[in-house]
Amino acid sequence: MSAATRTRPAPASTRTAGGVRESPLSRAAAMLVMGVFTLYFLVPIWWLLVSATKDRGQFTSTNPLWFADMNLVENVSALLRYDGGIFVRWMGNSVAYTAGGAFLATLLAAMCGYALAKYRFLGREAVFNVVLGGVLVPATALALPLFLIFSQVNLTNTFWAVFLPSLVSPFGVYLTRIFAAASVPDELLEAARLDGSSEVRTFFTVSVRLMFPALVTVFLFQFVAIWNNFFLPLIMLRDEAVFPVTLGLYSWNTQVNQIPELRGYVLVGALLSIVPLIVTFLLLQRFWRNGLGAGAVK
Amino acid sequence: MTRTATPPPAPTFGARRRRVPVPHKRAIAFFVLPFGTLFALFYALPVGYAVWQSLLVVEREGTFGPAREVFGGLTQYAQVVQNGPFWASVGRVLLFGVVQVPVMLALALVFALLLDSPLLRGKRFFRLAFFVPYAVPGVVAAIMWGFLYSPRLSPFAAVTSRVDLLSADVVLWAIANVVTWVYVGYNMLIIYSSLLAIPTEVHEAARLDGAGQVRIAWSVKIPLVMPAIVLTTVFSIIGTLQLLAEPQVFRSFSSAVTSTFTPNLTVYSTSSVPNFHLAAAFSVVLAVATFVLSFTFLKLTQKKGVQ
Repeated sequence: MSAATRTRPAPASTRTAGGVRESPLSRAAAMLVMGVFTLYFLVPIWWLLVSATKDRGQFTSTNPLWFADMNLVENVSALLRYDGGIFVRWMGNSVAYTAGGAFLATLLAAMCGYALAKYRFLGREAVFNVVLGGVLVPATALALPLFLIFSQVNLTNTFWAVFLPSLVSPFGVYLTRIFAAASVPDELLEAARLDGSSEVRTFFTVSVRLMFPALVTVFLFQFVAIWNNFFLPLIMLRDEAVFPVTLGLYSWNTQVNQIPELRGYVLVGALLSIVPLIVTFLLLQRFWRNGLGAGAVK
Repeated sequence: MTRTATPPPAPTFGARRRRVPVPHKRAIAFFVLPFGTLFALFYALPVGYAVWQSLLVVEREGTFGPAREVFGGLTQYAQVVQNGPFWASVGRVLLFGVVQVPVMLALALVFALLLDSPLLRGKRFFRLAFFVPYAVPGVVAAIMWGFLYSPRLSPFAAVTSRVDLLSADVVLWAIANVVTWVYVGYNMLIIYSSLLAIPTEVHEAARLDGAGQVRIAWSVKIPLVMPAIVLTTVFSIIGTLQLLAEPQVFRSFSSAVTSTFTPNLTVYSTSSVPNFHLAAAFSVVLAVATFVLSFTFLKLTQKKGVQ
């Protein structure tokens, strides 16, 4: 666990053991493999970027992988104005579902995982095993019964129908429990107690800092899971005003044949919809690089 | 909430044996209850509710009489067993998984090993470039590739005008490519960060003994990152059985993707009929199958690890 977050002392590039040199041939082969796959991963996104800058006529008539007349600003502003600015609304919804949901889910999971790691109480193992079972229950299997339950209380087709279920991250509890057990020393908690700090205050002032790498990991996992969530909104929501951006783009894409102008909006919207995630990843890069593998080490 | 190290005087529960009283009861409740409540409401309750719904049938008096829900035992499950399209969809995702999961994880492993080897320059760039697709939501990735596959709009028209990637025979693998494209980088990172945890001395010793990079990867590194590979495999198995967003999007591009293409699509289309009881039974079967598959895989690999 803690091993995964430790970085190596020496930077990787200088790691040629005792002067043993790798042959130029294997170097070239390795670079070739990585180069080819770089194209595989980036060309679709490049195409999306280029397409988003073209007007409708040039989209089909010019080289798909290179720019024609620069129309990006016009395209974006047309998208943002379309249908009373519904796309802006969708992006806002997605941010609310995602940022709020991921933050609260991380906090709740961390509190529970921390308690499971640091306190002894009756039923502790039972709670942990139930949560662990929850990790293996696929979220999509819950979508339909959640819909039925929410319709009993007339809450389908609302913000809460998608937001509330996304606050639960069993994997987060699992991860934070392991991490808390390894990285929050009991002696420290004892010392805090002797200083008169309450358990809750110790958690928020001391333990949370020690658990920070795990918290970032849980946050990112949950962030991506909610941003990508499709089945739950698809089944819960009918009202366009509460759609997340994924569901909105999907619904536009199903209408492209009836309303051809939507095709351009779908492409520009797709490009805009991936920007927040890329920005988040870049900002938190330092953390996910070490943290993502945290769950894999026992 | 200002509790100190002194434990509360009264013993709490389970008084049959003499047990140590639980200190910090209120703090524990404060930490566990919020998650516990939400977990009970939005995880445990739906599972129970799905099972309950799957045991009901709708009865009518006459053709137009009012519908009543009555207990039907395993009636819905008998329907599930006899439902040809559902089992065809299960077979389809299993075939998908048997091919796509190993290909994806093999690629992820090779990339991770290359990133960890001294053979590459510009590691930072490759790591980021390969991971970027993970930032693209499944729906958006499917829309993008849908355009890339279509014979008229694709930048690769030379290929797509000759081979119809959206035809009935090929579309499953076209979808497999979308899923692979999104998740290779993510799995690569999980394996890579596990590789970083191996002390450098381990493979430096092997290198000085004359082992080549391939040999080091095979005999030293891969065995040491097995837990990461197991983890990514389990996640991939779960993901495969849940396939929904990509095929649902592809229904706009290809008529070959039917409303029962994957098990989750079957659940969705059955619930839109609406036949919630049968859909609930599908969900339960699917959840149990997923649970059993990933659990079995975990157990199998753990046993192997012990030997």
